[in-house]
Amino acid sequence: MLHDLSLDVRAGELLALLGPSGSGKTTLLRIIAGLDFPDRGRIIFGSDDATRVPVQERAVGFVFQHYALFKHMSVAENIAYGLNARKRADRPAKAEIKRRVGDLLDLIKLSGFADRYPSQLSGGQRQRIALARALAVEPRVLLLDEPFGALDAQVRKDLRRWLREIHDRTGQTTIFVTHDQDEALELSDRVAVLSKGRLEQIGTPDEVQENPVSSTVLKFLGDTIEVEAIAQGSEVRVNGRLTPVKAPPGLVGPVKLYARPWQLQFAEPGQAHLEGHVRSSYRSQGRQRIEVDRSEGKTVVVEASDTHRLAAGRPVGLTINAGYVFKD
Amino acid sequence: MAEPPLRPRRRFRQPSVIPGFGITFGYTLTCLGIIVLLPLAALVARASGLGLWGIWEVATDPRVASALRVSFGVSLLAALTASVFGFLIAWVLTRYRFPGRKIVDAVVDLPFALPTAVAGIALASLYAPNGLVGEQLAKLGIEAAYTPVGIYIAMVFIGLPFAVRTVQPLIEEIDKEIEEASATLGADRWHTLIKVVVPPLIPAVLTGFALAFARGVGEYGSIIFIAGNLPYVSEIAPLLIVIKLSEFDYGGACAIATIMLGISFVTLLAINLIQAWSRRRFGYV
Repeated sequence: MLHDLSLDVRAGELLALLGPSGSGKTTLLRIIAGLDFPDRGRIIFGSDDATRVPVQERAVGFVFQHYALFKHMSVAENIAYGLNARKRADRPAKAEIKRRVGDLLDLIKLSGFADRYPSQLSGGQRQRIALARALAVEPRVLLLDEPFGALDAQVRKDLRRWLREIHDRTGQTTIFVTHDQDEALELSDRVAVLSKGRLEQIGTPDEVQENPVSSTVLKFLGDTIEVEAIAQGSEVRVNGRLTPVKAPPGLVGPVKLYARPWQLQFAEPGQAHLEGHVRSSYRSQGRQRIEVDRSEGKTVVVEASDTHRLAAGRPVGLTINAGYVFKD
Repeated sequence: MAEPPLRPRRRFRQPSVIPGFGITFGYTLTCLGIIVLLPLAALVARASGLGLWGIWEVATDPRVASALRVSFGVSLLAALTASVFGFLIAWVLTRYRFPGRKIVDAVVDLPFALPTAVAGIALASLYAPNGLVGEQLAKLGIEAAYTPVGIYIAMVFIGLPFAVRTVQPLIEEIDKEIEEASATLGADRWHTLIKVVVPPLIPAVLTGFALAFARGVGEYGSIIFIAGNLPYVSEIAPLLIVIKLSEFDYGGACAIATIMLGISFVTLLAINLIQAWSRRRFGYV
């Protein structure tokens, strides 16, 4: 389900469509590809209106989450499929197709695998074949639907970096769908955040992280702590104490203050914005994450450097160093 | 001291965590022996009373040879027809949703369940020169009943469910994304169908073909009503066996049966080999 939205994709960019499941990101991608049909609105490639162009003629490359390789064809046959499917007049010569397949196999670093069958390959290898198959037809835009969704964590990371490399080398306009914010922020030139069928925000990874336009975007881009606050002028107070966070003009009265786990600091109880007890803590990658039961009842996670340990049950105060203010 | 390397020894039984190989294998062989192999062995034993020369004489008897030709030739043709139409029926039943689909789906199985004589009588009355369809065909100069055409119709009728039921589950499993991938790569519907959709179904189509063929060769009840049973024209081998039996020529009957058994076995083996090859070819590694 998609509502009215307008998305302008720049030539040569790598754009991520980011959103929770059910946000309409896959639907949008399929509409761009011509696999689904909008009730109204238009799809424009360059200066051509592609809304009524059937998928076969749209010249898009589509990579599916579950590869969708042709199991009865070898790797080389899979990659050559789009070229072989062309009408005789547009079809490159056999030698030319073979050369193109060879080049693409080099690009995806699977040169020795031309005669293998998909069932003999790992998930990561299959997805690379699927990408080569989509690139073989030299699409105007490459569309990737959760391309790494079915792969395990390590392979995901490798393939991410590798996809970025391929994009930098080919300059292929690429749109990819993901629900993984890390993936979107690491990989893309721009991120479009979708929620409930609406485009919430589009911008570079830095822009959306530094200036989220709504609490939805903010919450989706990482862990947040949500605190009731009062805005007066540009000042924001929590539990009567002034915070360094500035309220945008026009926002007055009861508001919500959102902070990232690393934007809070421990302080002596009685002098901080928030009060609570340490519930538990664990260390990971040089940082420690501490769960604090707030006096108001909610549990928050605070991230701090791994210097001193806080014993469970200890009363602590939390000072807010930075954050974002929204009406809801 | 190093332990002696485990020498890979070719063993009849492969190591496995699944228990019960011995008892299940023994049980299977016993049942197969008593239910399938024993009667067939008795048949061959009885026929061998005639000696190889005797069997050869029976096989080359013009009437027998013509009956065998009709039986196997028409079966192949009917199985081919059933495969094509069976594929289409299975395709329509799985790919489209329409009112009455479940009913049509159930009707497909009727030839399985119907007593063959009922089918024979129904077909004969329909295709006879004064029957509903036979009359129309007669106007076109086609005689269906009491000719090999009638045999063909009966065999297609009884073979069709096999052809439908073997491919249906595979068509159901076709991944929609495979077809979408083909479309995004620029292939038109026809190309997608021929290169992407149909090849993985071929092993199942061959299975259906083999089953329909085997059923056609063995069919008796529904055919004799519509075939007219004219010697040298529309007489099938199973009928000839019954005739021999009623003449108390048990040796001759067994000889024909043995020959049918041999030809059927060779044909089914050949189809199975083609199928095994196509499975490898189409990626069921």
